[in-house]
Amino acid sequence: MITEALVLSAILFVIGTFGFLVRRNAIIMFLCVELQLNAVNLSFVAFSRMWGIDGQIFVFFVMTVAAAEAAVGLAIIISIFRHYETVNVDSFNLLKW
Amino acid sequence: MVTILFYLFAGLAIGGAIGVVMAKSPVGSLLFMVTTLAAMAATFVLLEAHFLAAIQIIVYAGAIMVLFLFVIMLLNLGHDYQRDLKGGAFAVLSFAIVGAISGLLAQRLGAAGSSDITAGGVAIDAAIAEHGAIGAIAQPLYTTYVVPFEITGILLLVAIVGALVLAKKEV
Repeated sequence: MITEALVLSAILFVIGTFGFLVRRNAIIMFLCVELQLNAVNLSFVAFSRMWGIDGQIFVFFVMTVAAAEAAVGLAIIISIFRHYETVNVDSFNLLKW
Repeated sequence: MVTILFYLFAGLAIGGAIGVVMAKSPVGSLLFMVTTLAAMAATFVLLEAHFLAAIQIIVYAGAIMVLFLFVIMLLNLGHDYQRDLKGGAFAVLSFAIVGAISGLLAQRLGAAGSSDITAGGVAIDAAIAEHGAIGAIAQPLYTTYVVPFEITGILLLVAIVGALVLAKKEV
């Protein structure tokens, strides 16, 4: 059961990474980051079956940080959308050299 | 029975994750994400993390996904059906990176090697039997981890102020 959960978490993490690299819509890229965080949460829960309750407490903190990250990230997306009228990350090249 | 349920929800989670990456409309992507989150909450239950399963549904599927949905509706992206997948060399490069990552992960997982009866699992079951599912987490959270817990409160306050400042029209 633990090994299967770890493999599931690896698969979900890889899908999240792939989506982040391939999609260009900023909101869907954020969703893929959330997917990666969730995959890591699953592996924390699986490891807590091996090492004790501390893994579950860490999942609690990861969820808090994910909520804060979503709030700030979406605020950034809204303020970028006001300037460029799009959320396609290919159109933002201000920091590119 | 538990194993069959686990594989069922694992398949649901993987299907939802693929849907997140492949769906054309952002709203479709989001609904697939909710499917994945619900299936993962079910796997949390199967791994005896009942409180986290409830939090997963309430905070993730309830609050964070609704926040995403609000932003999609606010920016009027609901009917933006043009393809935005990167093709060509970039896709090949991403497949190579993803393959390397999954190879490393699989190697680690094979080396870890685990059985179902472990000291940690026994300790968690004893704590749940003594304090209940919430008490088992609350006990260490408010004693050993009380300082990180307080710092998390400060982090949330900073995030609220930051989000307000960033999203305001006139800074």
